[in-house]
Amino acid sequence: MNKEQAKNFAPGHSACAGCGFPTIIRTILGESKDPVVISNATGCMEVTSTLYPYTAWKVPYIHNAFENAAATISGVERAHKALLKKNVETRHASSVPKKIKFVAFGGDGGTYDIGLQSLSGALERGHNFLYVVYDNGGYMNTGNQRSSATPYGANTETTPAGKESFGKIEMRKNLMEIVNAHRIKYAAQASVGNLPDLKRKARKAFETEGPSFLSVMQPCTNNWKFPTSMFVQYAKLATETNFWPLYEIENGNYTINYPVKSAADHGASLPRERKPIEEFLKGQGRFKHLFTPENKHVIEEMQRIVDSEWERLQKLANQNTIPTKLPEINQTVGVSAQTE
Amino acid sequence: MKINNKNRIALTGGAAAAEALKQIEPDVMAVYPITPQTPIIETYAKFKADGEVETEIIEAESEHSAISACVGSCAAGARTATATSSQGLALMNEILYVASGMRLPILMVVAARALSAPINIHGDHSDVMGARDAGWIQIFSENPQEVYDNTIIGMKLAEKAGLPVMVIMDGFNTSHSVENLEILEKEQVQKFLGEFNPEKSLLNVDDPVTFGPLSLQNSYFEFKVDQDAAMRAAAEIYADINAEFAEISRRMHSYFEAYNLADAEQVIVLAGSTAGTAKDVVDKLREKGKKVGLLKINLFRPFPREEIISALKNAKNIAVMERAISSGTYSPIYQDIVSGFYQTDARPKIQPYIYSLGGRDIFAKDIESVFEDLEKGDISKEIKYSGLNKII
Repeated sequence: MNKEQAKNFAPGHSACAGCGFPTIIRTILGESKDPVVISNATGCMEVTSTLYPYTAWKVPYIHNAFENAAATISGVERAHKALLKKNVETRHASSVPKKIKFVAFGGDGGTYDIGLQSLSGALERGHNFLYVVYDNGGYMNTGNQRSSATPYGANTETTPAGKESFGKIEMRKNLMEIVNAHRIKYAAQASVGNLPDLKRKARKAFETEGPSFLSVMQPCTNNWKFPTSMFVQYAKLATETNFWPLYEIENGNYTINYPVKSAADHGASLPRERKPIEEFLKGQGRFKHLFTPENKHVIEEMQRIVDSEWERLQKLANQNTIPTKLPEINQTVGVSAQTE
Repeated sequence: MKINNKNRIALTGGAAAAEALKQIEPDVMAVYPITPQTPIIETYAKFKADGEVETEIIEAESEHSAISACVGSCAAGARTATATSSQGLALMNEILYVASGMRLPILMVVAARALSAPINIHGDHSDVMGARDAGWIQIFSENPQEVYDNTIIGMKLAEKAGLPVMVIMDGFNTSHSVENLEILEKEQVQKFLGEFNPEKSLLNVDDPVTFGPLSLQNSYFEFKVDQDAAMRAAAEIYADINAEFAEISRRMHSYFEAYNLADAEQVIVLAGSTAGTAKDVVDKLREKGKKVGLLKINLFRPFPREEIISALKNAKNIAVMERAISSGTYSPIYQDIVSGFYQTDARPKIQPYIYSLGGRDIFAKDIESVFEDLEKGDISKEIKYSGLNKII
């Protein structure tokens, strides 16, 4: 592997062959012009990169627990702020750099579910950090249990398909809207299947003052059950079927980065046709049970969900009546007394 | 040292903790409100609002996130403190082990309070006793003076021992009771503490370190035994720091306070605010010629077993009085004392007592009656409940 690629995250990790998160880590961190410090929730990424006495991390890294990557990075970020105020050269061999990018990584379990409160708190407090969720649609480190990011219809160990069940009966949680409700300046949905787009979004996130958020699709070869060579293909299909639209929310305004033609477009001329959801489902072991006559209705329902979510997203993107600039809070007011 | 009037003030235990924290001026405090700890963080927030301290305060959205942020901050090389009580400490429980396992010298002031259910906001030791195996050094305080002293001692102890420290006061009994105390000058406190200069830090980007790795069957065991060795070594460090503290404060603290203990035949062992009442009772009974005494535990984890047992070896009868239940067995201090005696030849009779759960008042007459029972030899293996109403 070339040195530039491996400068933040070494190749000697033990992630599954065909796992996308090493690529996600390298792509995102590669866009930071400043040194980075990482906080990581418990999960696949953590266990496969830090097996003592080895570590794949060539940058400062902390794993605290499952639900608190955002709270942990809050502490690191404020420690940086505090130490910059002092003469820190007495504390460390070399002085603390003025600019550091603080990045928290969590899977969907550690973000949509158990870490949601911690994430919300950190976004609301306005720490200067980037939160990245790599979304593989379930608790994959513990062997494929359902999370609130697991798609409707998926066969998991805790929502198994059977005579009386077609798998998960609930829709995925829309985390992007929850994040946007915190009125942060930049949030984007990206994918390991489109690295130029991911790079651009990482760059924007790093340029953002205050919290920023990236939700990155990460197909799991092990528990979606597809050949290891196909994670990029499935990531692409997720976008081409509108299951995983690529979009960004800047100051509350939505932009779709990969527009497709769909029923809702009423004949508008767009570069691509939306592929049917079956294109994304077929070949994945977790959806295999859906391709039977009795479960045909499940696929139809999935298509309906995808289309209605897409329509909703398009409306949000077309509206953009939201003020182009969020109200600014003068952050210096509260601290003027002690910075003098 | 000269003590002038401005160094003698009247404060609640909570305000005394806030005053000590102001003089420590941690780099970062991550906090969340809970009764009866809240006055500590409110008072500290006002210090910040008035420009008296520069501490970065993180107003976390839960105690779990508060202690999680403390872990991040301390690993980043910042002097770090927090405070909590009761349910808050219980919610932090998972991360208490992470903090001690990473050997992070976080200071936490605890206004000890009962645990739900039923919900009760008043003092007892259920919360801190529930955290006694979490790898935190635990120091009990009797009154606002000790809260103030222990907060400063605790910060230094944490950093010297490389372990987190809990400084404990009794919720309401101490946290909300005003007493006179003597404080130091901030410069003295700062000089006493020195710089916090950890070997590794997340902010030292030229020397990147991985904190909190995965450690399996081939290494986890060694990490934990090593951590326990650090805990055991902390007792001596505590004693040394107390001696240093006495030089600047003229107040000497020890593993425990022996009150009329040397020739005492009937002895009460306890921790926390009840020691004040117990000392009054000891004085009164001594006047009547009774050979009674008190051992008040200050350092509870690590447990200075040999020193405590040695101090108790002449006692005929001992009552261990505790504000916590260890459901289905004896309460924690009783277990520690009894097992300590088993390593010696001394065999005093030891009566387990539980008292004052959920803030139930304990009076001098209750303690007198404990001494009376000891003197009569009315001692059994059954737990006695002081101040318990008859269950109808």
